[in-house]
Amino acid sequence: MAWDRNQMEARAARELQDGTYVNLGIGPFPTEGEIDADLINAGKQTVTALPHSAFFDSAQSFAMIRGGKIAMAILGAMEVAENGDLANWMIPGKLVKGMGGAMDLVAGVKRVVVVMDHTNKAGESKVLKACTLPLTGQSVVDRIITNLGVLGVVDGGLKLVELAEGVTDSEIRSATEATIVN
Amino acid sequence: MKKIHDNPASALEGLLFDGMFIAAGGFGLCGIPELLIDAIRGAGTKDLTIASNNCGVDDFGLGVLLKTRQIKKMISSYVGENAEFMRQYLSGELELEFNPQGTLAERMRAGGAGIAGFYTKTGVGTVVAEGKETKAFNGETYVLETGIVADLSIVRHGRPTRPGISSSARRPATSIRRPPPAARSVSPKLRRLCRPAASIPITSTCRASTCIV
Repeated sequence: MAWDRNQMEARAARELQDGTYVNLGIGPFPTEGEIDADLINAGKQTVTALPHSAFFDSAQSFAMIRGGKIAMAILGAMEVAENGDLANWMIPGKLVKGMGGAMDLVAGVKRVVVVMDHTNKAGESKVLKACTLPLTGQSVVDRIITNLGVLGVVDGGLKLVELAEGVTDSEIRSATEATIVN
Repeated sequence: MKKIHDNPASALEGLLFDGMFIAAGGFGLCGIPELLIDAIRGAGTKDLTIASNNCGVDDFGLGVLLKTRQIKKMISSYVGENAEFMRQYLSGELELEFNPQGTLAERMRAGGAGIAGFYTKTGVGTVVAEGKETKAFNGETYVLETGIVADLSIVRHGRPTRPGISSSARRPATSIRRPPPAARSVSPKLRRLCRPAASIPITSTCRASTCIV
């Protein structure tokens, strides 16, 4: 009944296409003997580099992102609205750590895919008519993958693309506050 | 002018003043000019405005300057690793300006390249764009951001091979390496390089911290 984390990730991986540039991690985690404190990923974990890795500085990295050279970014979210608005960086008074590169990513990449739970810990929908939290970007999300299925952002609202294993049509609709057009 | 110094304090001599604006390179605890930060702590310079992607952790990196209350304002993209930072910010002791990471990198690059302002889509429609000018290009809205020009840029760098020449760090990808151009008085002649004074156990390698004025 519904997808677990691994299944959600596997479904997200199906959004990738051969030969495109995507924003993800950079390499496998190091073994004890391989650790280089100066080589970390965006989450500040130590990683290793594959032999064909390219290195470039942050200004160039974000130039690629803003300049539309990256095909897709996969991100988590607190809220997604039916017009594609995304809120995933701040909860006023509770979580005020900063946006990092999230705003640049959603403003620049060609396709934004959100992977998140369909409802929050209180059982409330995270797929809303309008975001209540401070936005990361306006009308940026293209696709939402949750434990209940897949929704696409289209004119007028969201389109139901796929149901997760064992999830019914009415189940996903009752967990979604946003308008589903089909 | 002496270009290579044996210790960070000597390299910073005459450059520090209360209320100054410093741009610091690095990402997280990686590629940060830890020896120069420590020398600034030792000098006691205060009311600092610092632009850097992060603010270290409580006991390392820029976090040590928070502890000594030397920082008045941070311009950063993410400060989640530092509990003292949150405490000072929420109590009103510390000013904070969030910049999206790419905007901060470009502000440093642009300021160093003599570009006073630039338009980006990043942050349009969010709190980042509030109070800022916007302009439409090809039917899309962009927000105006300004170039950063600091009084001093501090960067972690590879060991210098000879005066005026420094080897690039092997892993530039993990740091915002643009602070060097963003300092007000950048000139190759004024570049000062430090040899490491001591080994810092927390990192597996010890590299020279470069102070580029």
